[in-house]
Amino acid sequence: MFDIDKWQEIFFTMKQNKLRSFITAFNVAWGIFILIILMGFGSGFQHGVEFQFNDDATNSLWIRAGETSKPYKGIKPGKRIQFTNQDYEAIKKLDGIEYITGRYYVPGEFTVRYKDNLSFFNVRSCHPDHKYIEKTLITSGRYLNDTDIKERRKVTVIGEKVVEVLFGRVNPIGTYIDVNGIQYKVVGTFKDEGNEFEQKVIYIPISTAQIAYGGGNKIHNLIVTAANATEVESKMLEADIISYLSGKHNFDPTDKKAVRIFNGVVNFMRFMNLFAGIRFFLFIVGVFTLIAGVVGVSNIMLIVVKERTKEVGVRKALGATPNSIIGLFLQESMFITLTAGYVGLVAGFIFIDSGSLSAMMESFSFPMDFFKRPEVSLKGAVIATLVLAVFGSLAGYFPARKAAKVEPIEALKDE
Amino acid sequence: MIKLEGIQKSYGLGKQKLHVLKGLDITIDKGEFVSIMGSSGSGKSTLLNILGILDKYDDGNYFLADTLIKNLSEKKAAYYRNRFLGFVFQSFNLLAFKNATENVALPLYYQKVSRRKRNDIALEYLDMVGLKDWATHMPSELSGGQKQRVAIARALISDPKVILADEPTGALDTKTSYDVMEIFKRVNDAGKTIVVVTHEHDIAAMTKRNIVLKDGFVVDEIMKSSELEVGSIES
Ligand SMILES: Nc1ncnc2c1ncn2[C@@H]1O[C@H](COP(=O)(O)OP(=O)(O)OP(=O)(O)O)[C@@H](O)[C@H]1O
Ligand SMILES: [Mg+2]
Repeated sequence: MFDIDKWQEIFFTMKQNKLRSFITAFNVAWGIFILIILMGFGSGFQHGVEFQFNDDATNSLWIRAGETSKPYKGIKPGKRIQFTNQDYEAIKKLDGIEYITGRYYVPGEFTVRYKDNLSFFNVRSCHPDHKYIEKTLITSGRYLNDTDIKERRKVTVIGEKVVEVLFGRVNPIGTYIDVNGIQYKVVGTFKDEGNEFEQKVIYIPISTAQIAYGGGNKIHNLIVTAANATEVESKMLEADIISYLSGKHNFDPTDKKAVRIFNGVVNFMRFMNLFAGIRFFLFIVGVFTLIAGVVGVSNIMLIVVKERTKEVGVRKALGATPNSIIGLFLQESMFITLTAGYVGLVAGFIFIDSGSLSAMMESFSFPMDFFKRPEVSLKGAVIATLVLAVFGSLAGYFPARKAAKVEPIEALKDE
Repeated sequence: MIKLEGIQKSYGLGKQKLHVLKGLDITIDKGEFVSIMGSSGSGKSTLLNILGILDKYDDGNYFLADTLIKNLSEKKAAYYRNRFLGFVFQSFNLLAFKNATENVALPLYYQKVSRRKRNDIALEYLDMVGLKDWATHMPSELSGGQKQRVAIARALISDPKVILADEPTGALDTKTSYDVMEIFKRVNDAGKTIVVVTHEHDIAAMTKRNIVLKDGFVVDEIMKSSELEVGSIES
C-alpha cells in the first residue's frame, strides 16, 4: 500500500488522462452521493410516519361497541352492545393491560367561556390513563387523577390552544371556565404532538361527564395499551378482551361486528414494515446508481489496461508476476473508487445534515409532516463504505485479471 | 549456458499453419557473445522469444543454466525471466513515467529490494553505461542511444546469466550503434553471455559467433576468435 512506485504510476496514469479520471471519479462520487441521499430519504419518510403515530401510543387497542350480526344463544342479531364502568374495571384486571381508559362521548363543539372570552371547543371525557394513550404532555398543573373520577369533580385540563384563545397571557390554573353553563376548575394545561385538533381539546373526568350529560354508567369506548407487546401478544390480548366481553354481553365471540377492536400494534407494524420495505427499495436504487458508476470505473480500467498492454508485457519480461500486475491495476481502481466514494459520502452527509435535503423536499411542496429528520446512521455509513470497497475491488479485479493475462511477447512486438 | 535440442515452433492452425522453427540444435556456452542473423521472417525474433521464456515452443527441449524450461507456471516463468535473463529491445521499452534510475531499478523491484537500495544499485549501473549525470532524467529527455544504454543497464542490474537483445541497434544510427555494441562487448569481456539478434552485418561482425537462420534451420555458423571482415557472412 505504501509502495511509492505504485502510487507514482497511479498518479501518472491519472494525470495523463485528467478528464477521463475526473469523469470516472465523478461517477462514483455521484453514485455514493445518491445512495446516501436515498438512505436519508428513507429515514426521513420513516421518521415522518413515526411522527404521524406520535399522536397516540402505537401499542394501543381501541375497543368499540357495535351491533351483533350473528344469532347467539337464542338472541337474534341486531342487538346493541353497550359498555359500562363494570367492563372498564374488568378489562383493567386482564393480564397484559398496561393502561386503560374509557371515553364517554359528549358530542359536538361546546361553547366555552372564560370571563368575556368565548370560543368553541371539543370536550373529551376519560380516565387518568388517557394521558399515556393520547401522549398528552402536561405543560402546567396536573392531569386528571383517580380522586377526580371517584368524587366526580368538575375539573378540567385544557389544551395550549384553548389557553391561547381564552386566557392569552393569564395563568389559567385554578381559574374556572364555563362549558355550556357548567363551571369547571382548570387544574392543568397540556400540549400534544398530534395535529392541531388535539390541542383544542378540553379533558374532563369521565364520571363527571356521565352525570352531567346523562350517561349513567355508560362508556362509549375503551382504549388500552399493551406495554411492549409483540404483534402476536397483542392479538392474544385482543382475544382475551373479546372473550371477556362476549361472556359478559352475550354475543358470539366470532361476531366481528358486535365489538370492533382496532389493533394499533398490528397497524404500526404494518406501517413500519411498509417503510422498512421502502427504505430497502431506496437503498437498492442507490446501490444500482453506484453500480453504474462503478461499471464506469471498470470500463475505464479496461481501456487503461489496453493502453498499457505493452508496458505490462515489458514488466512481465522483466520478471513481474501475474499477481503484481493484478495488484497494480487493482490498487488504481480501488484508489479512484475509494477516494471519489469518500468525497461523495461526505458530500451526501453534508447535504443531509445541513438540512438541504429537507429544504429541497419543502421546495417541492412535499407535506413535511411526512418527512422528518432525514439522517444516515453510522451503520448506514459503514454499509455504504463496505459496498463501495466491494465494488471498488470488483471494478478493478476484472480489468486487472485481463492485464495479468497479457502475453509477454507483446513487449517485443514493435507496432 | 543455453542448450536447444530439436526446438520446433509454428504459428497458427490447419492450412494457416506456419512452421517457423523446424528443429534447432544450438548450444551456447557461458561467456559467449553470439549474434543471430537471417532474412526477415526467418524466425530470429521467434527464437529469441523462446530463449527469453516470453513464448512457448512446440517440440524439443530448452535448457537454461541446466534448468529445463518447459511447461512453466506463470510464476516460475516470471522468476526465471527476472533472475536468469536480461532483455534489451529494439524500441527500448522504458517506462515513460519513471526516470532513468527508476527504470534501471525495475527488475530489482520485482525482487522486492527496497527502493533506496535498488536506486543506489541502479546508479552504479547507469555509471557503467556512462549515464550517471542523466540519472534523474525522464526517458522523453534522452536520445535513442541514451535510452538504449539505460535499457542495457536495466538488463544488467539483476546480474542475469544471459543478456538477450532483439535488434538493439535497429533504431539507432551507425555511430550510436557502435557505442551500444561497445558496451555489450565490455559486458561480455566481464564474462556475461550475450545473444544479439541483428540483420546488420557490421553489428554481427562485432560478436564472437554468428548463427544464421534460414527456413527454420541453422544454415551457417561462424566462430571467430577475433574480429572478422564484414563481407564473409552470407545470408
Ligand atoms: N504471433 C505470431 N502469429 C503468427 N505468425 C507469427 C507470429 N509471430 C511471428 N510470426 C511469423 O513467423 C515468422 C517469423 O517471424 P519472426 O518475427 O521470428 O521473424 P524475424 O526473423 O524476427 O523477422 P524480422 O527480421 O523481420 O524481425 C514470420 O513469417 C512471422 O510473420
Ligand atoms: Mg524480428
